[in-house]
Amino acid sequence: MSGIGTGYDLSATTYSPDGKIFQTEYAQKAVDNSSTVLGLRCKDGVVLACEKLVLSKLLVEGSNRRIHNIDRHVGVAVAGLAPDGRMVANRAWDEAASYKRVYGEPIPGHVLCERVGSYAHMFNLYWSLRPYGATVLMAVYDKNGPALYAIDPSGSSLRYFGTAVGKGRQAAKNEIEKLKLSEMTCREAVIEAVKILHKVHDEDGKKFELEVSWICDETNKQHQRVPPELLTEAERQAKAALEDSDMDD
Amino acid sequence: MDVSRDASHAEAAPSTGTTIVACTYKGGAVLGADGRVSIGNYIMNRASNKIAPLSEYIFLCRSGSAPDTQIISDNVRHYLNHMIAESGEEPSVEMAANLVRLINYNNKDHLVGAMLVVGWDKHGGGQVFGAPIGGTLVKEKWAIDGSGSTYIWGYCDSEFKEGMTREEAENWVKEALALAMTRDASSGGTIRIITLDGTGAHHTYVRGDQVPQFVDDMPFPTHAPGVLSAAASVGEGGMVIG
Repeated sequence: MSGIGTGYDLSATTYSPDGKIFQTEYAQKAVDNSSTVLGLRCKDGVVLACEKLVLSKLLVEGSNRRIHNIDRHVGVAVAGLAPDGRMVANRAWDEAASYKRVYGEPIPGHVLCERVGSYAHMFNLYWSLRPYGATVLMAVYDKNGPALYAIDPSGSSLRYFGTAVGKGRQAAKNEIEKLKLSEMTCREAVIEAVKILHKVHDEDGKKFELEVSWICDETNKQHQRVPPELLTEAERQAKAALEDSDMDD
Repeated sequence: MDVSRDASHAEAAPSTGTTIVACTYKGGAVLGADGRVSIGNYIMNRASNKIAPLSEYIFLCRSGSAPDTQIISDNVRHYLNHMIAESGEEPSVEMAANLVRLINYNNKDHLVGAMLVVGWDKHGGGQVFGAPIGGTLVKEKWAIDGSGSTYIWGYCDSEFKEGMTREEAENWVKEALALAMTRDASSGGTIRIITLDGTGAHHTYVRGDQVPQFVDDMPFPTHAPGVLSAAASVGEGGMVIG
């Protein structure tokens, strides 16, 4: 079921008889097994939210960052292998900075996402490299408006209204489909995102932290972490919603 | 004597001793240039085109060294074409202006090009950028450059108004060029004007004999040399035409 390669999966330059490149598929698995990350594109901006499992009590709160600033108008959230995602995010930063230096204006979202996609794809072409085990959700607000992109280990980059990756992606995507994102503001979407992450979290008692960022008219089109009061309020509403549904059971 | 050090050899390089003028108006931008290319006292070309297209809606007014500015415009057009292919959209005026500036700045020891980057894009409307020698970049409501521009600062300062109509802007550019061409020996010949708005680039060509003339100007010769009218020999400075 999980594509036992049997000899066709030893290198990224080998196709299987049914046309797959197993190394890329295995990289995708690394993303599928990570904690959930979701993105929502609303009428006035984009929200990114990550569920972070707290692996040890010794970790300082807020460490293990999964959301990175790429430029003032771009932010990314990483799912999968965190160091791999960091490499991809750094490349995005490089591209954005050099574009600004040469062309004098902030890089448009669709140009940046294609460049990052080409970069990630390159690692699927050579025997001596392995594909990145990370999917990057990119939130952009440029002169064409807000947009959400996802670049996965194969290098394909697609634009979304809303999407989720990681362990709880199926359940999260079902919840996202119920939302009317085009009528929602980012402020409302932050609350919805936190609710969804709480709902799809695996109830095995593991503590988890949330990392939520937004870029919208309210933040003056700059990518920032969501203010702590809004996050606290969102968590409160999320826990209340869970209790309600528990009571219904 | 080493040819490259010979002063007369340096003078021999063609220069666009020029007047270039551009301004924004309500709805777009207008740019214009004269037509004279001279080597010392010899007018190599009296109807040259000093306006280079960088993209469908962005143009470059060239002054300074003719070969330098031609190379710069070719390079910037090349990079902009790349960008159009990559992004699938028309480039913004600021992008073109920044490319011109970078080439000027990074090669400031070698290049002598004072240019205006003028264009229209859908987010910023009509825009004018000055890109003088050395690598400065400055966005302005109107800009002038070239040797003839020194004579028209007063006119431009006093006559420019914000929010002009298309016709007012075109007339402002034409008058400014004509005045400079009257006084600057290195500017003259013909006037080329391009108006840019959301519908595209509209070209106007003013022939040498249609360039506005002012008090005391010698009128453009209307008859063949050798035929002297009574007026020619009496009133107009006594100069013989022919």
